[in-house]
Amino acid sequence: MALRTLVSGKTLGALSRFQQQIRGLQTFTLPDLAYDYGALEPAISGEIMQLHHQKHHQTYITNYNKALEQLDDAIAKGDASTAVKLQSAIKFNGGGHVNHSIFWKNLAPTHEGGGEPPHGSLGWAIDQHFGSMEKLIAKMNTEGAAVQGSGWVWLAVDKELKRLVIETTANQDPLVTKGASLVPLIGIDVWEHAYYLQYKNVRPDYLKNIWKVINWKYASEVYKKECP
Amino acid sequence: MSWTCSNYLCLSSSSSSSLIDSHELTLFNRCKLSSEYKELRRKDHDSLRPINTCAYLGLKPPTHKLDKGQRKKDCVLNKPKNICAYYSLRPPSYKFDALEPYMSQRTLEVHWGEHHRGYVESLNKYLEKDDILYGYTMDELIKVTYNNGNPLPEFNVAAQVWNHDFFWESMQPGGGNSPTLGLLRQIEKDFGSFSDFREEFIENALTLFGSGWVWLVLKRNEKRLAVVQTTNAITPLVWDDIPLLSLDMWEHSYYLDYKNNKAQYANVFMDHLVSWNMALARIAYAQSFVNLGEPKIPVA
Repeated sequence: MALRTLVSGKTLGALSRFQQQIRGLQTFTLPDLAYDYGALEPAISGEIMQLHHQKHHQTYITNYNKALEQLDDAIAKGDASTAVKLQSAIKFNGGGHVNHSIFWKNLAPTHEGGGEPPHGSLGWAIDQHFGSMEKLIAKMNTEGAAVQGSGWVWLAVDKELKRLVIETTANQDPLVTKGASLVPLIGIDVWEHAYYLQYKNVRPDYLKNIWKVINWKYASEVYKKECP
Repeated sequence: MSWTCSNYLCLSSSSSSSLIDSHELTLFNRCKLSSEYKELRRKDHDSLRPINTCAYLGLKPPTHKLDKGQRKKDCVLNKPKNICAYYSLRPPSYKFDALEPYMSQRTLEVHWGEHHRGYVESLNKYLEKDDILYGYTMDELIKVTYNNGNPLPEFNVAAQVWNHDFFWESMQPGGGNSPTLGLLRQIEKDFGSFSDFREEFIENALTLFGSGWVWLVLKRNEKRLAVVQTTNAITPLVWDDIPLLSLDMWEHSYYLDYKNNKAQYANVFMDHLVSWNMALARIAYAQSFVNLGEPKIPVA
């Protein structure tokens, strides 16, 4: 089995977690990756994966837990203005946690099926909506490269309209901010931290290469669940 | 020493900096521009291109806005059609390794050479296509494309070109320490003390969500200094405020050196990179436009 040198997110002190559990507050922890940091080379370097997972994602989780704790306090005290003020921190950090958790599942090493196009209903839906896989990839790459600053580009299914859509979100906004019925299938992180060490400012190259490690199996499962 | 053109009292630490007034775009400069961009000549361009491009500066108040028709009428000289003026990429006034070890040469090479250069080239490409936007000075272009909060696509590139020029000027080798003279007095008046200001600046840098900038601005209406955060490419120019310093909090600015350690980057900027000389010069210039207080007139 692959050796993972991950010190997972149990950095949150055991005591404070105990206190939170007493209060009934759910804390979040860093989910493990299903693969090694270096398993996605050469599309994404191991250094980026490690930093991205252990530093960035962990920071989002830590700050999210902190914000939730503060929100809990504010609600208990009836402090409406603090509760509202914390919303942006919750959207940012919570969104970061949600988005990255999906992102890790969206990636898989090539020898475990990464990059293999979907068969079945998702593959058929892609061909129907976009014409072909190549066209989908081209469109997503264009949208991803056009994101100003930091954000994400998503392939999502609208569960009400049973349609595939491509959307972009800014910063760490979760996909639901673009539509309550949107369910993310594939999300690509176009924050600079996701590619800078390897690709510098050439975001289009990163977008071109990441498709080699995209885990379509996960996307197909989600799609089948929403559109049986 | 690279060619610079600046209206600021540019107290750069390197050797002689040639100060060229914005209106004196001489024949030499024009030839330099045209020879650099020979291949981008327009074929069917029929009117004179105003020559006020390469002189964009931070603090000039907006000039009278001419509409497109008026601009064309005013320029009556017959210029050869193969000379076009474009924005060019201005290098920082220090060498790339001058900011080591606080900002590595590699960062400057990529940040200036690829990001900043990319913005300049995109801007020139936009201006090549768009007749209406051509002819504004840089400040005006930023305000016009900002479109009061609904930015046009050119806004991002134009503003980022300006922002990065400003950022290079806001840093100097051997920077840091603390401000002096009138700037220090003003900071103490508006923030309480220099360390309060420093804390607020760094806190703004760390609490910025996503990509953006942190600025020390002189607010025109309130006639005081303030620390402002902006997202993506937005600059205080769009609100008519006068920026004095900026810190680039886009990840590309610090990722190669500090990875995700924003706190270290912000502190290092404040301790070792920030150019208080430049900020002092800018606030001195700004006082021509903003009245910062009653002059001390002795009572007889």
